[in-house]
Amino acid sequence: MKYNRNLIAAIWTAVGALWFGQAALADDDVRIVTVPVLPKYKAECGACHTAYSPGLLPAATWRHVMGNLTHHFGADASLDAATAQELLVWLTKYSTVDRRVREEPPQDRITRSPWFLRAHDEISTATWSSAAVRRAGNCAACHPRAEQGDFNERSARIPR
Amino acid sequence: MFHSSRLSHWIAAAAATAANGFTQASTPPDLLSAYTAQSGVTAQPVRGQELFTTRHGREWSCSSCHGAVPVQPGKHAATGKAIGAMAPAVNAERFADAAKTEKWFRRNCNDVLGRECTSSEKADVLSWLLSLKP
Repeated sequence: MKYNRNLIAAIWTAVGALWFGQAALADDDVRIVTVPVLPKYKAECGACHTAYSPGLLPAATWRHVMGNLTHHFGADASLDAATAQELLVWLTKYSTVDRRVREEPPQDRITRSPWFLRAHDEISTATWSSAAVRRAGNCAACHPRAEQGDFNERSARIPR
Repeated sequence: MFHSSRLSHWIAAAAATAANGFTQASTPPDLLSAYTAQSGVTAQPVRGQELFTTRHGREWSCSSCHGAVPVQPGKHAATGKAIGAMAPAVNAERFADAAKTEKWFRRNCNDVLGRECTSSEKADVLSWLLSLKP
């Protein structure tokens, strides 16, 4: 049998790439799928805070939040039933596909999710409470495309 | 010739308008007229300012988010999100949509007062906001 040296070299290169590539993937972030923000969601839910992208929570949490809008983190955010239903359908349709994000977070808060805390473990308290950021739930302060679900670390900028 | 379904829709719409009083309203003065008519009392801007700027046994007043004299943009007391000015003279979007107005009155009166605002209270607040100039 005639060995093709180039082919063998190519195979070993591929194996090496997979091996080292896998090691790089082991330290990956959770997978948040980008989705264009639904205009009605932006209008209704983005009036008081960042319009949190649906992929940040599991469907069960979205259902819980949308079913309790009169008591929405200390405020009344109630909607007419038809609008609430329309938004719930969209939110659950695009809710998370990531195994770790699928764990329902404490108090329905994205910012108390274990994956969120891990992803932000290098952010200081001073940064969180700075005038430009104020609170962990203010995603858009550092993530300009937060409302599309784009949290690519390369485009994240901590404001001065 | 009216189809029976269209007739019933027309009747339902007329009944809703009569009950609601302001489904046709689309300007701040129209809304003020509607609330005043519903309450049967003349609107009083001074009472409106009082209601708007004081706390009613709870954490927030209206001013907590909208400011004491809302000719400037406000800021959400919890999230810091910018809120457009409430005075119609400064912000043409305000009180131009009856459904939107009712939705925010429902929510925010519940937050501030723990109940729905009466038509008289809504009229008072709107009459005060209409009096504010830039």
